[in-house]
Amino acid sequence: MFAYYLDLALRSLKRNKALTGLMIVTIGFGVAASMTTWSVFRAVSGDPIPWKSSQLFVPQIDNWGPAGHGPKDTSNEPPDAMDYTDAVALMRDHRAKYQSAMYQIGAAVTPQRVGQHPITAIGEAVSSEFFPMLDVSFKYGSGWSAADDDHRAQVAVISSHLNDKAFGGGDSVGKTLSVDGHEYRVVGVLGDWHPQPQFYDVVNTGGFSEGGGNIFVPFTTAIANSMNNNGNTNCVETPKEPGFVGLQKSECVWIAFMVQLDDANAVRDYKQYLDNYAAAQQQAGRFTWAPNNRLRSLMDWLDFEHVVPSDTKISLYVALGLLLVCLVNTAGLLLAKFLRRASEIGVRRALGASRREIYTQFLIESGMVGLAGGALGLVLTGLGISGVSWVLPRDIAALAHLDVSLLITTLLVAIVATMLAGLYPTMRAAAVQPAWQLKSN
Amino acid sequence: MTLHPILAALKKHKAGVTLITLQIALTLAIVCNAVFIIGQRVERVHRPTGIDEQNLFLIQQAYVGAPTGDDAASIQKLDAMQRTDLATLRGLPDVEAVTAINSLPLLQSSWTGGVGLKPDQQHSTEHAAYYFGDDQLINTLGLRLVAGRNFTSSEITNRGFRGVGEPPMVIVTKALADKLFPKGDALGKTVYLDGQAIPSTIIGVVARMQIPAAGGWGDSFAWNSVLQPIRLDANYTRTAVRARPGRLDAAMREAREALFNANPMRVLENQPDIGIGIMPFSEVRARAYRADIGMAILMGVICLILLCVTAAGIVGLTSFWVGQRRKQIGIRRALGATRNDILRYFQTENLLIAGAGVVLGAILAVGLNLWMMKQFSMDRMSLLYVLVGIVALMLLGQGAVFAPARRASRVSPVEATRSV
Repeated sequence: MFAYYLDLALRSLKRNKALTGLMIVTIGFGVAASMTTWSVFRAVSGDPIPWKSSQLFVPQIDNWGPAGHGPKDTSNEPPDAMDYTDAVALMRDHRAKYQSAMYQIGAAVTPQRVGQHPITAIGEAVSSEFFPMLDVSFKYGSGWSAADDDHRAQVAVISSHLNDKAFGGGDSVGKTLSVDGHEYRVVGVLGDWHPQPQFYDVVNTGGFSEGGGNIFVPFTTAIANSMNNNGNTNCVETPKEPGFVGLQKSECVWIAFMVQLDDANAVRDYKQYLDNYAAAQQQAGRFTWAPNNRLRSLMDWLDFEHVVPSDTKISLYVALGLLLVCLVNTAGLLLAKFLRRASEIGVRRALGASRREIYTQFLIESGMVGLAGGALGLVLTGLGISGVSWVLPRDIAALAHLDVSLLITTLLVAIVATMLAGLYPTMRAAAVQPAWQLKSN
Repeated sequence: MTLHPILAALKKHKAGVTLITLQIALTLAIVCNAVFIIGQRVERVHRPTGIDEQNLFLIQQAYVGAPTGDDAASIQKLDAMQRTDLATLRGLPDVEAVTAINSLPLLQSSWTGGVGLKPDQQHSTEHAAYYFGDDQLINTLGLRLVAGRNFTSSEITNRGFRGVGEPPMVIVTKALADKLFPKGDALGKTVYLDGQAIPSTIIGVVARMQIPAAGGWGDSFAWNSVLQPIRLDANYTRTAVRARPGRLDAAMREAREALFNANPMRVLENQPDIGIGIMPFSEVRARAYRADIGMAILMGVICLILLCVTAAGIVGLTSFWVGQRRKQIGIRRALGATRNDILRYFQTENLLIAGAGVVLGAILAVGLNLWMMKQFSMDRMSLLYVLVGIVALMLLGQGAVFAPARRASRVSPVEATRSV
C-alpha cells in the first residue's frame, strides 16, 4: 500500500510542477536558514566539557559591597572576578577537590630557531590542579606538580601551535623556552585542546577568541616574575600604590577562579566555607557588609556571563520565524491542492477507501514534499554554513560546521515540519463527504 | 463594485484565507524587526569617529626582555625605549605625525573611568574613556579643537602603565563637556577623575572623539572621551601614525623596518587577534564592525527570502483559486462583467486579505519589538518601520496577485457553458 501511495503522491506532485517546486523551495529555504543559524547557536551555546560541567563551579565573593553598584544597579551581584587577596586565600585554604586561580598573560616568547622574530603568546597563569580539573589532554608530557606551584618553578605547558612556532614541533618536553626574558622549562605540550568557549576564563576572553590558550605557567611563578595581567581589570577605586604590586594589594578584580566539587555535599560545604570566609573578613573589618557570595555551576556561569552573543540568538529566532512563515505558506498551498482533489477523494472514498487511508495517502504526499525540501535544505545549509564565515565574526563562524547529526536534524525538521503543515489540509481532505462529491458532478 | 460577493466567496475558503493572512502578518512582523535591526547596524557603522581615518595607522608592539615597569628606574628605561621609537617614526620620510596612545576609537580596548565635579565624589557624574597621549595626539588623529588649546610638549609627563595619580589638565570632547557643564562653559573648569581628590583643569575641547568600544556596553557613553597629557610606559606600546597623503603603505613598511633596526628585541609580527602588529585604521574599523555588518547582511538575506516566499505563496494560492473558479468567472463574464471587473475582483480580494494581514502584522511587529527590547535590551522601533512595512507588503500583495488575476480576466465567457 505504501508504494501505491508513493506512486499516487508522485503523480499528484507531477501534475502541478510549478506549485510542487514552489513548496519544495519554500521548505528548503526555511529549513536551511534555521539550520544554518542553529548550527552557529549550537556551536556557541554547547557544553564545552559535557562529562564534567556539572562538577565545575565558579565562586564569587563580594569584596566591593554596595560601592560596587551604580545608583541605577539593583542587582546586588558580586563582581564576576576576584581580587588577589581572596584568590590567594581560597587557594591556600584548598577546600575543593581541585581549584585554580587564573589570569590571562601575554608573554613575549623568543623562538630558539635562528632568524625568527619574537612572538607574543596569550595564555593563562594557573595552578597545577587546572590540568586534572579540566581533563586537559596532552600530546607530550603533563602538567606540573603542586611542589612546582609552591616553589614558583619556572615551568610551562604550551599549545601545539606555540610548540610549532617556537621549536618547530616535536616532543619539546624538557626544552627551555624564553618567556619575557626568563627561562622556562617545558613540561607539557597540549594535544588538541582549545575549548570554545574558553570556559575557564570567560571574564577575560569574552568566551570566544582565536588567540588564547597557548601558554600556561604556574600562577605563583607568574606573580613572582611580575607577569602583568593581560585581561580585564575592574576597580571601584583606583589602587593606592603603583605597579603590579599595587594591583595585588588593591580590591580591583582581575582573577578568574574555578573549583571542582564532586557532589551536592561538597557544593554545600564549599558554599558554607565561602560564607564563613566572608564573615571572617567582615569581622576583621575588611568588608563592612554581610557575606554576599555566589557559587554557580559552569553552565549557569556561562549563561550568567552571556557567553552566547545576543546576535546569535536573534538570528536563530528570526530564522525560526522564517521557517514558521514557510510552513504556513506550505500549509496554505497544500490545503488548496488537496481540496481541489475533493472529487478524486470522493471517488476513492466511495470505492471503499477508509478515512485512515486518505490520511495516510495525503500525509505521505506531504512527507515527500518535506523530503525533497529537506534535500534542498541540506544543500542550502551547506552553502549557508560556508557563507557564515563572511557574515559572522571569524572566531564564532569557525565553530559552525556540518556534521552527521546536523544532516539528520535538517532532514527530520524538514519532513516533520512539512507533515505538520500538511496535517490540517489532510484532515480537511479526509473529511470530504463522498456522496456530496459524487452528486455534485 | 460592492465587497459583498468577495466577502461571501472568502467565507468559502476560510482556512486558506486565514493561512495567507497569518503568513502576511508574520512576514510583516519579522521583516519590520529585521529591517529595524539592519537600520540600527547601518547607523552604528556610519557614525563618524571624529578622527581623520585616512592615512592613519596603528602600531602595537611588545618589547622582549624589557623591565616590568614596576619601579621608577624601570619605568624611565621603558620611557626611553618608547621615546626612541617615537623619534624613529617621526624621522621617517613618509610619516607626517606620530603620537604615543593607549587606544584608538573602535579598537575595542578601553580604559574607562568616572568623571566627577567634586573631589572624592562617590558616584561619578559621567562615565568616560581615557586616551593617554602626548602633544601630537590631536594633530596625529586629526581631531578638531573647538575651544581652548592643545597640550604643550612641556606639559607631557610619563608614568608606568599601573602608575597612580591624575593629570593637572585634560582635554575633553564637546559631548562630555556639555554633559558636565550644560551651560557650555566647560573651558577652564575643574573635574575630578576616578573619584579622587586631585583636580584636573579642562584646557581644551575637541569636537568629537568616539571611545574605543564600538558598541554594546559602551553605547551609553560613546562620545565621552578624556584626553590626558601622559605617555604610558609598559613593555607593550601602541603608537598612532599619520602617513603623508597617499603614502600609507610605504609609511607602514618603513615603520616596521625602522623599528626593527632601532631595536630588534620586540614582537611586531602581525597577530591582529591578540593586538600585535601594524595595521591601517581601515582594518581597525573593519574588525570593529564586522559583526554588525554581518548581522545586517544576514537579516537582509532572511528578509529577502521571506518576501519572496510570501509573494510566491500569494501567487500560488490565487492561481489555485482562479483555477477553481473558472466556471464562475465564465458565468460572470457571460452575464456582462468586463475583463477589468474580473481583474479588479481579484485585486480587491487580495487587498482585503493583505489588509487584514498587515493589521494583525503591525500588532505582532510591535509586540515582537517589545519582546526583543526586554530580552536583548534592544531599542524601541520607530513606527515608521511598521508603516513602510505595511505599504511594502500591500504593494507586494498587489504585485503578486496581478499575474493570476490577469489570467482570470482572460477566462472566456464560453467556460460558463462547459461542464466540468
